Amino acid sequence: MKKKQSRIGIFVCKCGGNIGDVVDVNAVLEVIKNWEGVTVAKQHTYLCSKPAQEMIMDAIKKNKLDRVVVASCTPRMHLATFQSVLERAGLNPYMLEFVNIREQCSWSHGPHSSEEATRKAIMLIRGGYERSMELEALETISEKGSREILIVGAGIAGITAALQLGYLGFKVHVVEKKPSIGGNMAKLTKVFPTLDCAQCILTPRMAEVGRNPNVNLLTYAEVEVVSGRPGNFNVKIFMKPRGVDVDKCRSCSVCAKVCPVTVPDKFNEGLSERKAAYIEFPQAVPSAYVIDFNACTKCGKCEQICPSKAINLEDKGKTVDLNVGAILMATGYELYDARKLENYGYGTYKDVITMMDLERLTSASGPTSGYVKRADGSNVGRISIVLCAGSRDKNHIPYCSRICCMYALKQAFVLKKMLGIDVHVYYTDIRATGKGYEELYWRDQEAGVVFVRGKVAEVWKSRNGKLVVLAEDTFTGNVTEEEFDLVALATPMVPPSGLKELAEKMKLSLGEDGFVQEKHPKLDPVDSLIAGTFACGCALSPKDVRDTVSDALAAAAKASLFLKGECITTSPEKAYVIEELCDGCGICIQTCSSNAITMQDGKAKINPFMCTGCAACIPACPKEAVEFKNSTTKQMIAHLKGVLSDKEPEEVRIVAFVEKNVGYTGMDFLGLDRINYPENIVIVPVPSTAILDLKHLLYAFAFGADGILIIEGQQEIDKLTKKRMIEMAPLLAEYGIKTMRVRYSYVPLPVYKKAADLFTRFTERIEKFGPLPIEKRDAIKQKI
Amino acid sequence: MNLAEKVRSISGEDVLSCYQCGLCSGSCPVRFAMDLSPTQVVRLVQVGNIEKIFESNTFWICSTCFSCYARCPRKINITKIMEALRQIRLRRDQDKIALSDIPKEELKILPPIALVSNFRKTTA
Repeated sequence: MKKKQSRIGIFVCKCGGNIGDVVDVNAVLEVIKNWEGVTVAKQHTYLCSKPAQEMIMDAIKKNKLDRVVVASCTPRMHLATFQSVLERAGLNPYMLEFVNIREQCSWSHGPHSSEEATRKAIMLIRGGYERSMELEALETISEKGSREILIVGAGIAGITAALQLGYLGFKVHVVEKKPSIGGNMAKLTKVFPTLDCAQCILTPRMAEVGRNPNVNLLTYAEVEVVSGRPGNFNVKIFMKPRGVDVDKCRSCSVCAKVCPVTVPDKFNEGLSERKAAYIEFPQAVPSAYVIDFNACTKCGKCEQICPSKAINLEDKGKTVDLNVGAILMATGYELYDARKLENYGYGTYKDVITMMDLERLTSASGPTSGYVKRADGSNVGRISIVLCAGSRDKNHIPYCSRICCMYALKQAFVLKKMLGIDVHVYYTDIRATGKGYEELYWRDQEAGVVFVRGKVAEVWKSRNGKLVVLAEDTFTGNVTEEEFDLVALATPMVPPSGLKELAEKMKLSLGEDGFVQEKHPKLDPVDSLIAGTFACGCALSPKDVRDTVSDALAAAAKASLFLKGECITTSPEKAYVIEELCDGCGICIQTCSSNAITMQDGKAKINPFMCTGCAACIPACPKEAVEFKNSTTKQMIAHLKGVLSDKEPEEVRIVAFVEKNVGYTGMDFLGLDRINYPENIVIVPVPSTAILDLKHLLYAFAFGADGILIIEGQQEIDKLTKKRMIEMAPLLAEYGIKTMRVRYSYVPLPVYKKAADLFTRFTERIEKFGPLPIEKRDAIKQKI
Repeated sequence: MNLAEKVRSISGEDVLSCYQCGLCSGSCPVRFAMDLSPTQVVRLVQVGNIEKIFESNTFWICSTCFSCYARCPRKINITKIMEALRQIRLRRDQDKIALSDIPKEELKILPPIALVSNFRKTTA
């Protein structure tokens, strides 16, 4: 029925000589113009040129074409160009079928014109022609999204992003688990390479974000539940019991004065004490006290004395519900627990400290008012800084923590030049890669800081009470033992506790190192793997202040871009459920790694905004009720029928199902490199190789394939397909097909060249087997 | 096969991944008796300078306590590397002992295990 109604226009491009020198385009036209339903068949030297685009538009209008096949270069290059041609001519852009006869034909089977190449081109176009008859009009999916944004974490990253987004006019909610915003940066004294005061540059930003009417600060709070979807996340925030009304508190400090309970001050890394009623640091934002209910005895003295009646010791906390369009992770870092470095004696010797302890000791607002002292209060003459204390170490943290070298150089300079303390820096490699960084290294050397190249082996206390640092000076090969008053360990930055649980709630992927996984390490460095969720600063990896700020600005730009306009849009090419077939068994829900499938009124429903297009749900459905838009079973079968229709009984043909994004790009690169491979390989693109089911393979064999290759380029899908292949092997055997006739290969982009070798070797193998016997083919045909 | 590959084939250890931090030498209890430090020996294996290694006493002094391995940030078993070097050294020599040189009376009373281990360690 459909076939009769179709009015198809096929346009073949010569691409100058790129296609025309190898493929006889006129001979191609002679064949295709006779196909049923082909109303127009034309060629052009450059189909992408403006006159040629107008030619197509005219043809569509004059001949009332309802679908178009373009045979030219790779769709990665010009799919959007020709989709726009259709749109301008009044056709739905998804009524375009794109056939690649350059990378996959003329460039792979050239450089001289040959009958084989022409035949291959016709074969490929036939696939597109058959498939085009099954095309459906599709619309970009859009829905109204919230214009509010949630930022998790209010360190320098969260503050920077909040300011940026607030000024752009978005309503921003910033959740911070500590009582004040400011994060780790608020604890630092001076920052490299300029040695300016960290608080002096941070606190104005803190005050600014506190003032911004678009920014809603939710301090002493945690994200409890995240549900919904990109554009409309529903978030439940738990405001921990603070005991103090932030709006009423005048931070007069009377509560702290009367409070009888003292506990170690975490802000000072436990080097001093504070009361149970406290403020983290004088410039805290919001400027309000907090009651530490873990320590508070509820004596009630503070409640009675508070002049603003801001204290409520019965505070149980509360939850706040938010609807936000995007989420920005600015969760920062923690430092690796130095106690785990047993040979360095942290926790055993009081004068073995961390670099963060040293920050507090050198801070004018710190426990010693900026005078570096030993634990017993005596003066310090010699300090050693131990770099790579736990980082670049397979026993602890394998990665480089990136900023330790620089803050050690900064701290060494401050100690040596400003405080006159002798400093030895034990290092493995000084990594000073940044503007003005190497210069600081130089200044350190000139100031007389001693650099010893060797990882410290042990630290112990000698009889005279000094700490002894044992290390090899690897430049001389001598093992050295030096005495110091203080030993500071540069422990690596690690993901904060709680990030893992939060990520699980959000279905956010973390990398091997425990930090948020970015979408692409180079080109999408602040996008997470979930649409509408971004990350910046140390939520992604160890970073210094400058890089964190750059990240935050980038993430703010990406979040605002995501929420620009009234609606959120996404491609229609996603998995969907055919409601009439769905019996609500829920198997698909278990296969979905992005939580896009929910059960509604006994039917599965896939949210296109959350669907990543992995297609794992499709073969899993026992009712065949899940399909993929623009890659439906019908379309795929038509495609196979097309590319196999001209096959002669004695020849051998191989269908290569190639994943559309990464894998397909690799195939394009083979063409670009003019690497030849056998003509009997026909590439059939699929959105993900996980979509492939036994039926696809059987149809391919039934229509004439003698061998099947499956090529995947995406790592996450590789795992799925590998598993499917193991499951499918015995089922194929039931149909009398040797499992050796089907081969799966994971071809990520860097190794695309191996595909050519794979093509050649697989063709040789299948040629040895010979064509699939006709009886077997007929048997499959009957069964399907 | 270069030295690093040869050492790997004997010990299973990837010498090339050492980044020369010196932690092994700092952790070595018998470093005082060695002329080259373990770090330096590993470096010489990386660059293939076997002669310089053979001039040193380091790989003989190694007491196989595994302290270096316990702390190595790249998890390289330096103790095994030292054993590999000892084996290369031993195997390189011309046969230090030949069966024909041993008097028959002695052969009768020597324990077979002593013979076997002697041949293994001191013959090429």
